[in-house]
Amino acid sequence: MKRPVLLVAGHYTMLVILAFLCIAPIVVIFATSVRQQVQIFAEPLNFLFVPTLENYRAVLQEDKLDRYLINSLFVGIVSTIVTLVLGCMAAYGLARFRFKGRSTIAYTTLLLRTVPLAVLAIPVFLIWNEWKLVNSLWGLVLLYVAVNLPFTIWLLYGFVLQVPIELEEAAAIDGCGPLRVFTKVLLPLMAPGLAAASIFTFRIAWNEFILALVLTDRQTRTLPVAASLFITDIGVDWGKVMAMGSLIAIPPLIFTFVAARQIITGLTAGAVKG
Amino acid sequence: MRTSRWVVWFYLGPAVLVMAAACLYPVMSAFQLAGYDWSMGTPWSSARWVGWSNFVSAFSNPRVWSSLWTTILFAAVCVGAEMVLGIALALALEHPVRGMAVFRTLFILPMMIAPIAVGLVWRYMFDAQFGLINAALVAMGLSAQTWLADPTLAFIAIVVADIWQWTPFVFIMMIAALAGIDGSVIEAARIDGADWWQQTFLVKLPMVMHVIAITLMMRLIDAFRVLEVVYVLTFGGPGDSTEILALHIYKTAFVGQQLGVAAAISVLLLVVVVALSWGALRLSNPMKGEER
Repeated sequence: MKRPVLLVAGHYTMLVILAFLCIAPIVVIFATSVRQQVQIFAEPLNFLFVPTLENYRAVLQEDKLDRYLINSLFVGIVSTIVTLVLGCMAAYGLARFRFKGRSTIAYTTLLLRTVPLAVLAIPVFLIWNEWKLVNSLWGLVLLYVAVNLPFTIWLLYGFVLQVPIELEEAAAIDGCGPLRVFTKVLLPLMAPGLAAASIFTFRIAWNEFILALVLTDRQTRTLPVAASLFITDIGVDWGKVMAMGSLIAIPPLIFTFVAARQIITGLTAGAVKG
Repeated sequence: MRTSRWVVWFYLGPAVLVMAAACLYPVMSAFQLAGYDWSMGTPWSSARWVGWSNFVSAFSNPRVWSSLWTTILFAAVCVGAEMVLGIALALALEHPVRGMAVFRTLFILPMMIAPIAVGLVWRYMFDAQFGLINAALVAMGLSAQTWLADPTLAFIAIVVADIWQWTPFVFIMMIAALAGIDGSVIEAARIDGADWWQQTFLVKLPMVMHVIAITLMMRLIDAFRVLEVVYVLTFGGPGDSTEILALHIYKTAFVGQQLGVAAAISVLLLVVVVALSWGALRLSNPMKGEER
């Protein structure tokens, strides 16, 4: 059945308006980051300006931005790898074995997923002090792995269940050891889940602000913390702040454009069968 | 499958250990910390046991209650608006069209970028002097507002930022759920003479009620956890008009340096969130696994 042209046109008009609303603020971040400070103040609505990289240069010069960028990348990448490895194993264990304490672990894992980071920040500040993990990137990594594991396990659990156990048994009969069954049979079939899990984990580790603020110093700061320090009571240098904001926004934007389908799988996992 | 305990713990051990050490143990410690008076920068051994007094001073503080009320109001307004908007838009736009994948990609952008960047850009948009919103209001002949300096307008600002970021989530969940409905059911309703309203409210929405409930719970839990966007956008101000509970906890701990009291308040937030999560798990436990 063909829909009337007018209805289709209306449909697209609405989609375009919604897309505009979604991306306009993001475009503003990037547009403001390449404007001169004077101009931001003088004519906020005039978008016909000559772009400048002045703000980026200023940010790079006056702060240890390269350091913070490396910190953020390190924390993001290492947290993602560790979370994925541990999460994969745990999801496999929960999906394939029945054992005493299984439901306790499953329930606790799911509850931990929702712990507010503000609640976590206070005791963690104290404990990390005792464990000498404050101001260390590894301290942040440990924390990000822990807060990302519940979601990763939950997501991957569903993917393990989708793999028929007969497939594993067949491979085992053909002479594959448990490790080879895991890597050769299971992992390839879980690829979409692994992609979604790694994007979500990297995104949290890369974007996270409050724990990083509490647990880092001048050497170990991550980008979001560095960006927040540009906001002072005296006023905000919008050009520079938005240059920081753009740098923070770029990796998640790239991931979204490359792997939108996997992200949507991750978002709807558990609630919608699909 | 029967396996030795060692194999099970080989798979689960590392993850359980990390979650226990860096998540469960700190949360438990929050309860313990709530009973102590400890000043930052001193060794833990110098902490003093004070019993319930942190709870007493926390819950006799009107700011804690006003902040709890702000949080509840924030969660109710944001989640309410996001659910209504998301469901309505999904119903209006559920028909599959060419290029929907592109639009869906654009729709998930707001929730992918860092909360700190979201806070920054909305702070800029709502800026009284240079903000685009005021510039647009003036261009339309309306008067500019001091958005972030007025208690009500500042509250609206944090609500707008949250709605912008999370309505797409509800929309995407609902589009996925609606796409999963068996088309023949709707067709049968249509043949039986059901009009659009009846098809929607008597057939479609009841069929996706489960997804609606889970989406609602997920949004509520997240709304109670919001901190970073508000931290950047208003830092709770003006006064304490946008000081949601998570931000109040942060300020008490790291600005006021009252860690014990902050831990006591965080127990309150934890109870709310765990209760909501428990409800969500009762609706649907993805790891029940009784079928096998």
